[in-house]
Amino acid sequence: MAKYLLLKHYRRSGPAPVPGTDAPMDEWTPEEITAHIDYMRRFAEKLTERGEFVSESALLPEGTFVRYDGEGRPPVTDGPFAETKDLIAGFMIIDVESQERAYEAAAELSAAPGQGGRPIYEWLEVRPFLTESLTTAE
Amino acid sequence: MHEDQVNDLMRTLAPQVLGVLVRRGADFGGAEDAVQEALIEAVRHWPDSPPDDPKAWLLRVAGRKLIDAQRSEAARRRREERVGDEPPPGPTEQADDTLLLLSRCCHPALSPASAIALTLRAVGGLTTAQIARAFLVPEATMAQRISRAKRTISGERFDTPGDVRAVLHVLYLIFNEGFTGEISLADEAIRLTRQLVAAEAAEPLRMDPEIAGLLALMLLHHARRAARYTASGELVPLDQQDRSLWDTSMIAEGVAVLQGALARDRLGEYQAQAAIAALHDDAPTADETDWPQILEWYDELTRLTDSPVVALNRAVAVGQVDGPRAGLAALADVDPSLSRWDAVAAHLYERADDVPRAIEHYLTAADRASSKAELTHLIKQAARLRARA
Repeated sequence: MAKYLLLKHYRRSGPAPVPGTDAPMDEWTPEEITAHIDYMRRFAEKLTERGEFVSESALLPEGTFVRYDGEGRPPVTDGPFAETKDLIAGFMIIDVESQERAYEAAAELSAAPGQGGRPIYEWLEVRPFLTESLTTAE
Repeated sequence: MHEDQVNDLMRTLAPQVLGVLVRRGADFGGAEDAVQEALIEAVRHWPDSPPDDPKAWLLRVAGRKLIDAQRSEAARRRREERVGDEPPPGPTEQADDTLLLLSRCCHPALSPASAIALTLRAVGGLTTAQIARAFLVPEATMAQRISRAKRTISGERFDTPGDVRAVLHVLYLIFNEGFTGEISLADEAIRLTRQLVAAEAAEPLRMDPEIAGLLALMLLHHARRAARYTASGELVPLDQQDRSLWDTSMIAEGVAVLQGALARDRLGEYQAQAAIAALHDDAPTADETDWPQILEWYDELTRLTDSPVVALNRAVAVGQVDGPRAGLAALADVDPSLSRWDAVAAHLYERADDVPRAIEHYLTAADRASSKAELTHLIKQAARLRARA
């Protein structure tokens, strides 16, 4: 088994959105939003049932950069930056048998219903984890 | 009886009791549930009134739970009571049950991850929470992985053990998971393989020397565990390990087990790999390693398997015996899509004094590393060569 991070971007520096799927959520009907949220919840449940779910979270768009500034000094902050080119909207971590299965799961997440009940065809970035365990083989 | 004693005893006895029930024909999932319920009763009663024969006690209680469950299930489905399904009394030799249980848990219908989880739960006696923590997933996810595995094999009632090679493969995978915290999966794998060796020893005719071969391989590798990583988790390559940290009694045991297996004259992959590990363990210093003999074993392994990983490791041995250029020539015939291919190329170029190429391959290898320790190690190799250049 291997862990993968499925990243949801707010503004994509990656591939262009599929035409006709880029209407922001505030232009959807309330029922469409509910259907979308329901789909996401069921998707996470289904992954748990398959023994593949690890974790998920959504993130606020606003982020602040923070760094060390020397002994005894408070952290330096910069930002917030709300208008950067690419922002992470949320993530899901899954533990699956193969890369193929990770892609399949990402595609299912990307098929979540949007405006008019049509799939949103959202691009998700799939990133493999480095393993943490100290392996026995050399 | 002290609480720790109760826990130790239960962990040893639970798989044995499960094995008896399964061999008597009980459905695997139902039997596992019944044993769990019997364990809960044991925790409640044993500290105050320890039984004379704990195994018989567990077997009796679990058997009763199994019948209770079958009754209520039958009632729920409005079917006849299935009291007749009570497992018939049978012999209770533990040896046979271990193999039976393991082959059930390593059934070919299961994915490797499911087989690993089920084996650790049902035969290893670990809790679902412990297994979940070892694999860094939530307990609910691991619980589902285990119950899906149980569903997959439920209904498969077979009273003879399945393919022992499938069992060995799963045990080897568990061993290679290493350790992430409280549970050492390598130690668990060794414990289970020991049980399998003991089980097979009771039936010499069916004995497959590859079982002992796998145990030897595990012991001969595990003996080096204290030298393999620094305190901060950095990887120490074999030729730089502090050999005084190697576990000499484990090496001695591994060598003895291997000799016993080789004497049966049915060579297999695990025995050949164990022989290579033994030759490394046997060298007082890295320079004294018997590479020509290691290369012979790799040639033997190549005849046994067409594994590209074997071909890759053979290229390293060729490099040691006939020089780095010969090693690179051997490497040219190996599939470069293997994740460790660049690391081997880097090592051989470094030994051939081609520093720029070595750096290039160390960096490519770092990009393809699968663990953090490996990544750090490869970047350090490139940094070391750059500092020297």
